[in-house]
Amino acid sequence: MIRVIGGGVMGLAVAAELSGRGRAVTVIDRERQAGPHHCSWWAGGMLAPDCEGETAEEPVVRLGRAAADWWAGQGARVIRRGTLVLALDRDRAELARFARRVPGAPLEAEGIAALEPDLAGQARRGLHVAGEAHLDPRATLAGLRARLAAQGVVFETGEARPGPGDIDCRGLAARDALPDLRGVRGEMVVLRLRDLDITRPVRLLHPRHPLYIVPRGQGLYMLGATQIESEGRGPATARAVLELLSAAYALHPAFGAAEVLEIGADARPAFADNLPRIRRRGGVIHVNGLFRHGFLLAPAMARMVADRLCDGITPEVCDEDHG
Amino acid sequence: MVTFYDTEVASRLMLGTAQYPSPAILAEAFRRSGAGIATVSLRREAAGGDGGAFWELVRRLGVRLLPNTAGCHSAREAVTTARMAREVFGTSWIKLEVIGHADTLQPDPWGLVEAARELCADGFDVFPYTTEDLVLAEKLLDAGCRVLMPWGAPIGTGLGLANRYGLRSLRAQFPEVPMVVDAGLGRPSQAAEAMEMGFDAVLLNTAVAKACDPAMMAEGFARAIEAGRLGYEAGMMEPRDMAAPSTPLIGKAFL
Repeated sequence: MIRVIGGGVMGLAVAAELSGRGRAVTVIDRERQAGPHHCSWWAGGMLAPDCEGETAEEPVVRLGRAAADWWAGQGARVIRRGTLVLALDRDRAELARFARRVPGAPLEAEGIAALEPDLAGQARRGLHVAGEAHLDPRATLAGLRARLAAQGVVFETGEARPGPGDIDCRGLAARDALPDLRGVRGEMVVLRLRDLDITRPVRLLHPRHPLYIVPRGQGLYMLGATQIESEGRGPATARAVLELLSAAYALHPAFGAAEVLEIGADARPAFADNLPRIRRRGGVIHVNGLFRHGFLLAPAMARMVADRLCDGITPEVCDEDHG
Repeated sequence: MVTFYDTEVASRLMLGTAQYPSPAILAEAFRRSGAGIATVSLRREAAGGDGGAFWELVRRLGVRLLPNTAGCHSAREAVTTARMAREVFGTSWIKLEVIGHADTLQPDPWGLVEAARELCADGFDVFPYTTEDLVLAEKLLDAGCRVLMPWGAPIGTGLGLANRYGLRSLRAQFPEVPMVVDAGLGRPSQAAEAMEMGFDAVLLNTAVAKACDPAMMAEGFARAIEAGRLGYEAGMMEPRDMAAPSTPLIGKAFL
């Protein structure tokens, strides 16, 4: 029986991968279900390796390519409509900079209107990054958990410190074992707006307040993008919320009439290079540092953990493998 | 060597620490450029908690820290932030920013002088982020500042030296005051130009952090800054209309 400590996106992905290879798995988490104590609960759910390549390094882009298929294979509702990247007229330079790094089809007003009719007449320049996808993180976590339970994965509730043979997927809570982990804070807002139908994630480039909007269906939209070098997990600041809402309003004035359903904040675990790691130390396999790429990288990380455990293959992102 | 508030610093390049793809790339930019001073923003990173781990990484760069009051829109806010920064970073150095205009992030001259006076009296070594305005510069020096940080252009625009005449006369007016061109530079050539004009150092953030390869860009700027400074110290020729061959004409037929 392999114990996986932590039932957020990383823990569940590892459990799924091991269970899929016929291993008996127990997942131990502080709570009875996926929820706000997991930072993946607050995620955007964009499976957008190319767009992330704007700032992320090559491994993130490459490893992230497998994510959409993996999640679909686990029964998640993966929506493959690509990403629409937009900039308002005065921020054209941001779009040029983005397009230099991210492959995509340049769009003018008509192209934008063809992809997202409800955004017609708003931004006049953009980029369509096809081949990207998105999912609903909360529905996905709950769905995967139920699926694993049905496959025979055991879920236990409680605090556990990882010991030899265990897989540590505790995220930021693993700092007791991984002191080089740091928290990077993010804030998000959930809006409901029934009279605007946006069907794919939209990234609005801005020199000060970049924004992404991820549709969650039934008029729900998740707004995010703040990234602050802080470990704080306290409530979102007025300033962060103002920035997110103003950017959404700038994208389409209809957002002014949206209902604010939720405001959230949490800290994501990251190493100094913002790249994920597998570290095998004292018999424990630590998987951590997925930063802002939890749903994007968890599949590839889970596969590498399973490869290490089942076949003894040393993973590419492994920086320590002893004991 | 350049001296700010009796402290000698080997490099004439200062780097901001925001907006890099990762702290590891930030560290690499410092390593490759040899930048001697890092500005850190207390306000942004402290939001709702502490930036402990990030600051630890910045401290480990082994360079002198210059905390700033970025994002402050009043003298009061800036003074409070400066005092917090002194506690957190253990330095009396403060880069004083009091923003007066939301769109251009232009400094508020009145708030700047007010905050500078209060902070200098409180024992701070103030590095005021200012425009090229001579009167404002004079008032900041009167308030007790012994360094000035005039802008090249508004923060983050990459426009370079927007008012060369103003910067040149500021430099000429206060030849003894160390001056750092802060903000608005986008290209190494612009930094070289600032150095050729006799400024003592350059502070960059966006141009490096948002480059496709930040560490390489930091090195590019470092070399440009050195080139510009060497040019300034070596004494540059004045442009002239008459062509003057570098090989003597004597002995050649000229009729």
